[in-house]
Amino acid sequence: MAGIASYGAYIPLFRLNRADINSAWGGMFPVPGEKAVAGYDEDSITMAVAAARDCLKGFDRSKVDRLYFASTTSPYKEKLAASIVAGALGLRNDIYTMDFSGSLRAGTSALRAAMDAVDSKAAKCVLVACGETRLGAPKGDKEITLGDGAAAFLVSDAGVAAHFEGSYSVFQEMHENWRSDKDVFVRSWEERFIREVGYTRVIPQSIGVALKQCNITAKDIAKAAIYAPDPRLLATVAGKIGFEPFSQLVDPMFMTVGNTGAALSLMMLVAALEDANPGDRLMCVSYGDGCDVLIMKATEGITKIKDRRAIKRHLESKKMIPNYLKYVLWRGLMETEPPPRPPINHISVPALWRDREWGLSLTGQRCKKCKTPQYPPQRVCVICQAQDDFEPYHFTDVKATLNAFSHDNLAATIDPPTTIAAVDFVEGGRIIFNMTDRDPEEVKTGMPLEMVFRQVHYWEGIHNYWWKCAPIRC
Amino acid sequence: MGSIKGIRDKVAIIGMGCTKFGEHWDKSKNDLIYEATRDALIDAKMETKDIEAAWGGTWVSGFDGRCLADPLKLQYIPVTRVENACASGSDAFRNACYAVAAGAYDICLAVGFEKLKDSGWSGLPDQQSLPNNRYPDRTAPGMFALMATTYFSKYKLSPEEGKRMIGLVSVKSHHNGTLNPRAHLRREVTIEQVMNAPIVAWPLGLFDCCGVSDGAAAAIVCRADVAKKYRPDPVYVKALQISVCPSEGEMRSDYDFTTVKATVRAGEAAYAEAGIKNPREEISMAELHDCFSITEAVTCEDLKFSPKGKVKKDIESGFYDLTGGLPVQPDGGLKSFGHPIGASGVRMLFEMYLQLQGKADKRQLKNPKLGLTHNLGGIPVSNTVSVLIIGL
Repeated sequence: MAGIASYGAYIPLFRLNRADINSAWGGMFPVPGEKAVAGYDEDSITMAVAAARDCLKGFDRSKVDRLYFASTTSPYKEKLAASIVAGALGLRNDIYTMDFSGSLRAGTSALRAAMDAVDSKAAKCVLVACGETRLGAPKGDKEITLGDGAAAFLVSDAGVAAHFEGSYSVFQEMHENWRSDKDVFVRSWEERFIREVGYTRVIPQSIGVALKQCNITAKDIAKAAIYAPDPRLLATVAGKIGFEPFSQLVDPMFMTVGNTGAALSLMMLVAALEDANPGDRLMCVSYGDGCDVLIMKATEGITKIKDRRAIKRHLESKKMIPNYLKYVLWRGLMETEPPPRPPINHISVPALWRDREWGLSLTGQRCKKCKTPQYPPQRVCVICQAQDDFEPYHFTDVKATLNAFSHDNLAATIDPPTTIAAVDFVEGGRIIFNMTDRDPEEVKTGMPLEMVFRQVHYWEGIHNYWWKCAPIRC
Repeated sequence: MGSIKGIRDKVAIIGMGCTKFGEHWDKSKNDLIYEATRDALIDAKMETKDIEAAWGGTWVSGFDGRCLADPLKLQYIPVTRVENACASGSDAFRNACYAVAAGAYDICLAVGFEKLKDSGWSGLPDQQSLPNNRYPDRTAPGMFALMATTYFSKYKLSPEEGKRMIGLVSVKSHHNGTLNPRAHLRREVTIEQVMNAPIVAWPLGLFDCCGVSDGAAAAIVCRADVAKKYRPDPVYVKALQISVCPSEGEMRSDYDFTTVKATVRAGEAAYAEAGIKNPREEISMAELHDCFSITEAVTCEDLKFSPKGKVKKDIESGFYDLTGGLPVQPDGGLKSFGHPIGASGVRMLFEMYLQLQGKADKRQLKNPKLGLTHNLGGIPVSNTVSVLIIGL
């Protein structure tokens, strides 16, 4: 029977105080709390990769035979994003990859599809990764409420930490939230209509059917991870179903992260799994153009998943964005004076293709003669000059420290200064990276670092990804 | 290192010219090439038709041999464009000298030139890139700042001490530049001004960075045994060495940024070719590649002018000043004279040439015998370096 074998999540380091947004616009939306904001070099793909890396800790990646990427905010309208995620994770290339998009149910749709694939024996181990960076128009309520985040699950038929017991889906054709092919920002219909005809009607109905199908009642659910655009609506829904808000509902992280769209109920499910005990029955509910309900039960395996940053550690580790303007610049919402530097060189697609197995997954090589790891891959060893005598070597999860650094005020960046870092790896090898998610003041020679997958350039519609280093997050 | 053969004393410089360096809004690269070459021909008392072959050194301002043939209207002689980053000019000179030494020609021309100020960018129009664009964003000052911070920590200089040390390098070069009508940035600066200037990439401030300029310089070389036919005071080539780093520092964790191995190698090879045992004593003067103040400081150590880790003492004592034991950048250096990439190597030779002939006016040193030029293209982790020595 299919179940969740592992979970992971990602919340960007940076948070914006909602009061800063509100005061920038003259106090129209005095909403409390803060929201998680993707760094200037992050997007739905990079965050999904981060969540997937969290999820895959301790698992053999070569066993993954499908990758489902879910997001309403894929950086591409036309082009597979799952292949970028799979490439960054260094998954096998003979796997089935697919993007789930469009709906705020994309995350649970992917999870349910993974469950169905495993149950039908079409796949043995499916990785689901969902990342969201939805944009609300400046000066609007959604700018205040929407946040960024990601979650990932490994769905498998063996060694599961929670097995699926049931699922129920219903669609409802109705324009509640939408973004056309011509829109940059999320649009929505008037709140009262959505609340009454949509959210508070469809969710209780769907949950009711799902519970009935499993022959259980609301009391049998230990934790319910229910998508919630705001906590007040969730309370209404919980009342209708008969959930005890404080003990049975998972915090929708409205005050800390914001509404992460298709990723929200998945992130809430991760939070529930982090605290689950064997035997706990969990529910995951998403809402958008209808409703998905998934019911699962934790097994003994839940105690074996350790060392995840998941939700708790990611929530705790944060840096505040100093002001609203910085957020505006990071999201590219304002045209600014271009830097007095040449524009970036054009990106060669054949060169990217040649680099598909190396650059995307930060895979270098180790010389078989002198054993020195090196990146990028060479034909001649940089140490002993041996020719064509290498084996692949993965740098992403190797311990690394900062050998030397500088803060470059001349290089063009959205987040000055550009921090240049010469990074040494514990088994040998050096790579010069840019450092991200850092406070320039805290950068010190010798500090331990980790590798993070980020967008490094954008040119003519090509989002180009590579790796950066960052202080060890938590 | 293999045995050094070289071409010591086989080739002589018999004419040189150099434009003023600076922001030549009113001059094209062809104007600059023409003016530098015209002056070199006047100096050598020659005409264009006497040139048998030519090499043009430029980083981004020209392509093939037509870069010289066109502005100078060279008449169907062999012309080649040479590119070796900031050492392009030095390498063009090296090619011309080798052609003469090989006996292929009697009289050759080398011109270094660059037109940077048409680009509209601050700093250099950056060329470093991979076609897949997967590399860290970084600029030259950002990369040389790594050299400075690492040097400070390795030799236990406080940020203040380190900044003062490299600051004094710039104070000296600016002073020398004030004495040079061809220099781009002709003004005295105080150590306080240098240390308090806006930071480009800590610890490198505005005055730790060289000028970005337009300019050209030219040299005419001939067989040493006939040089005196053309002028009574030819200057002889003692050593021409280039060393190119296989980008090791990008990938090797044993590279610590406080040295440039290609400088050490090119220096050792040049000293061997010229028969120099003790460079600190035997070299009379030098033009070093001070793209940044820290580069000059580290180069003084790499070329064995100062012991490793001890250049601070020599900087502070004035050893490298015009009045010191081994004057460095008597013409103002890249810092003050300016740095039109491809032109700089030949410009350095021009100052050594003037000094050796006693024509350096207010900057004239007493009886110099050997002048060294050091031209570094690239960044600390990956570079191409020339060390040339000329003398009487």
